[in-house]
Amino acid sequence: MNLRATDCVLRMMHEEEHDLESYQASIPRWCNGCGDNAILAAVQRLCRDEKLRPEKTVFVSGIGCSSRFPHYMKTYGFHSIHGRALPIAEGIKLTRPDLKVFVSTGDGDCCSIGAAHWIHAVRYNMNMIVVLHDNHIYGLTKMQASPTSPAGLKSKTTPRGAYLQALNPLTVTLGVQNVSFVAQAVDWLPEVVYDVLAAAFHHKGLSFVRIIQRCPEFLPQHLDPWLHDPKRNLLLTHENGIAISAGLGKVYKNQRTHDPADLNRAREIASVEDPIPVGILYRNPDVPCYEETRHLSVLTTPDRVRAGLEKELDKFTVWPQERRDEAR
Amino acid sequence: MMNEALASARAPAAGSPPPRAARQKAALALDEHVVEIVSDSGEGAQRCGQSLGSIAARMGNGVWTVEIIPAEIQPPARSIEGASGNRVRLGAKRMANGGNEADLVVAFNEQVLIGRVRAGELKPGCTILLESAWREHADAKIAASYVETHDRLVAEGYKVIEIPMERECRKHVPDPRRGKNMFVLGMLCSIYSLDLQLAREQIAFAFGKKNESVVRANVRLLEAGHEWAEANLEFKYRIPAVPVESPQVVINGNTALALGVLASGMEVCAMYPITPATSASHYLSEAFESVGGIVHQAEDEIAACAFAIGASYAGKCAITITSGPGYSLKQEAIGLAVMCEIPLVVVNVQRGGPSTGQPTKAEQGDLLAACFGSHGDAPKVVMAPATIEDCFYSIITARKIAETFNTVVVVLSDANLATSQQPFARPSFEDSWLAPPVDQSAVDEGAKPYDWDPVTGLARRLVPGQPHGMHTLTGLAHDRRSRVAYDPGINEEAIRHRSLKLAALQKSLQTPPVFGGDSGDLLVIGWGSTKGAIEESVERLRAEGLRVSSMHLMFLQPMPAGIKEIMRRFGQVMTIENNWSDRLEDELIDESNRRYSALAMMLRARYLVDVDCWSEVRGQPIKPGTIERVLRDKLKAKGRRP
Repeated sequence: MNLRATDCVLRMMHEEEHDLESYQASIPRWCNGCGDNAILAAVQRLCRDEKLRPEKTVFVSGIGCSSRFPHYMKTYGFHSIHGRALPIAEGIKLTRPDLKVFVSTGDGDCCSIGAAHWIHAVRYNMNMIVVLHDNHIYGLTKMQASPTSPAGLKSKTTPRGAYLQALNPLTVTLGVQNVSFVAQAVDWLPEVVYDVLAAAFHHKGLSFVRIIQRCPEFLPQHLDPWLHDPKRNLLLTHENGIAISAGLGKVYKNQRTHDPADLNRAREIASVEDPIPVGILYRNPDVPCYEETRHLSVLTTPDRVRAGLEKELDKFTVWPQERRDEAR
Repeated sequence: MMNEALASARAPAAGSPPPRAARQKAALALDEHVVEIVSDSGEGAQRCGQSLGSIAARMGNGVWTVEIIPAEIQPPARSIEGASGNRVRLGAKRMANGGNEADLVVAFNEQVLIGRVRAGELKPGCTILLESAWREHADAKIAASYVETHDRLVAEGYKVIEIPMERECRKHVPDPRRGKNMFVLGMLCSIYSLDLQLAREQIAFAFGKKNESVVRANVRLLEAGHEWAEANLEFKYRIPAVPVESPQVVINGNTALALGVLASGMEVCAMYPITPATSASHYLSEAFESVGGIVHQAEDEIAACAFAIGASYAGKCAITITSGPGYSLKQEAIGLAVMCEIPLVVVNVQRGGPSTGQPTKAEQGDLLAACFGSHGDAPKVVMAPATIEDCFYSIITARKIAETFNTVVVVLSDANLATSQQPFARPSFEDSWLAPPVDQSAVDEGAKPYDWDPVTGLARRLVPGQPHGMHTLTGLAHDRRSRVAYDPGINEEAIRHRSLKLAALQKSLQTPPVFGGDSGDLLVIGWGSTKGAIEESVERLRAEGLRVSSMHLMFLQPMPAGIKEIMRRFGQVMTIENNWSDRLEDELIDESNRRYSALAMMLRARYLVDVDCWSEVRGQPIKPGTIERVLRDKLKAKGRRP
């Protein structure tokens, strides 16, 4: 990493040790066994390991079970409205590139009501981590089919089974121009959840991480076939991907070497949903970030505003007649 | 070729210019004149009108220009609905509205003229300067249509003067379609005795970006038009001008809004394209970056509002600019900003509604949506600029209020202000217009994000980056520490404090001044862009001795103190608004079901005063002559003290 001397000094001044408790706010009100708990634990660990300053970290969310996330972090947080976490996070990041921005969203929040923002957030490619908590169901409103519910899934709104094929968040994201980071994890492999989030954190650009998680309340056995059969989990390995520990590798033998630089192969892997691909599908650190493209070296100061305003007003000013000749 | 005989039917023959002395026509002195220039889209009538306005403003005339905009980008040529151009009201005094029907019209073809006649925009018997080339058009149908329209207009009493504009222009440029507008500008400079040198300078300014030969060609056409009118037209006017003593800017309301954003020190404007608001963002996109600002074009209206909320939350107050349909889409996000007490300025440049309505047309239909929109109790500040100058200053004020009270401020402009131009005193920048830098200092441990003052409801906003200030904002009901409120008492406490902020602001507002006399038979109350027209009609009626006054509200929510006391001093009170109200002459409409205009409804509800209203929704600014008639009728009807 190439740091200027001042940055190094600043970093040393501000680098502080925080224990896990420094990031823990109130006790989560999620159900026992909810996959959100696993994600929260991994994120709090990540904050500690990366020594994030709580006051410089912002968690933004929309509405849904997963969007309770910011309440459980002792950082700045913004629990907003359904589907709109991404544009709010973009406004924050554009104004304050110094803040670390995380977005927690769910399959309803991101892939349904906020789908337009999701597509465009990938295009903007702002430097933030977006975690899609995907449990294939609306939990907070008590069991309606979501866009990622598999066809045939019975819910309160689809008593005879979901009518449509599930939307695949990975292929959608990988299909958007400017995509720069896509990874997937499953809540029953917490060490992969952590590794994927850590890789996302170190990526510069929008890191889209989908975490497939269980909803013990409304879909208790729904993910059991994958949970109980390691073969149905495909671990993606590569020297530029995540490292699979020896212990994990012993059980999860279904592995495949995949270079995260290969977009076409990433799309191919993403399109197969069984076995579930786990790991980093795509990473391209060279995609420009919107906040850098748009960021101005110019600061708004009174002198600058005065000069700018005078210059603009000059374009429209009608000077008194006697001043006409002076002006020339 | 032109038919010489016809072309000169009303104007003397265009031969070699007569000796200078013979051209000295006595100029008729006028108090004011309304001139319209209409053409097909792309023929430059708008530029011609705007230039005329700027030249007259430099002479010291009062000026108000109004754009005539077709709904389509490229309407078919020679179509009634395709009329594009400008209405310019020139006066000896300051002009505060577009005036009544036009006194003089320049039309590039007879079809665009028909549109203006049908819209009732021409004064009966007014002068029409009509391009005569169509009479000789190769297409017999076009020629016949021209003759028919011409003859009908003459029969209807209009003073139609056919002018061979194209033929004259062709003497100077190969393509008369380009540049005819400058020929017309020259004619108008002659007709209104405007300084030709100022016109040359205006052209140099308008075409300055292009090369010198373009400027020279246009100046040549300007002079040709001027010379032609001097030689061939029998009339000439002079509108006395008071030379300007201080610098004036001539801009439209949207440019004024954009300059206001720049001058307010806001740094982020998030928007999504929508007519008639977008031109403010266009202009801002050009000018904003030099002072450290950014215009973000979001993927939709909701995202634009959410983006601005995010930017405000993490830094200085941000702004989003939209029009009716976009304003509807933003409602949920506006409620979030109210709930989380995030400063935000929302501009709604109102257009005709509901739904897609009349995108390019003026209406004041969004007042109630602005005051009471979003769900639940979502108090927000609503203000409405009444002049072009107000458009500039209201944004600076809005930013300040938003940041002082940590609330949403809605600024209601409209299509009338957006596209009208009016000179006003050049603003002189003050440092106090800007927001202080974002506070990043540490707060006391345990500082509460909503430490509501029991009297004013105000609390210090904590911004990300401030050590010890960490908290999670939520759209859920919450307590002082922003913890989700499960206790009904806490919910009420929060709502009470958010509501108190409006009262705190209200205590700092001044009672609006009364225009006219302090008491009388009739008080007219208005808001927004109707101010100029209302005051002009009140002035005329008062000159006749009628006891009528007016009051214009800049703050619609909260309303300043003292309004009720003022209303009580008048026999009758009514509002004039550019929105819908049921008409009592309709069979089913009576006092028990009549839907009142928005402001009338709010005044009736708040002050228990029997406020009547008159309104129209013709998509046009209300004419002072119309208001004059309405007020006269109202005064005639027997009024009772409310």
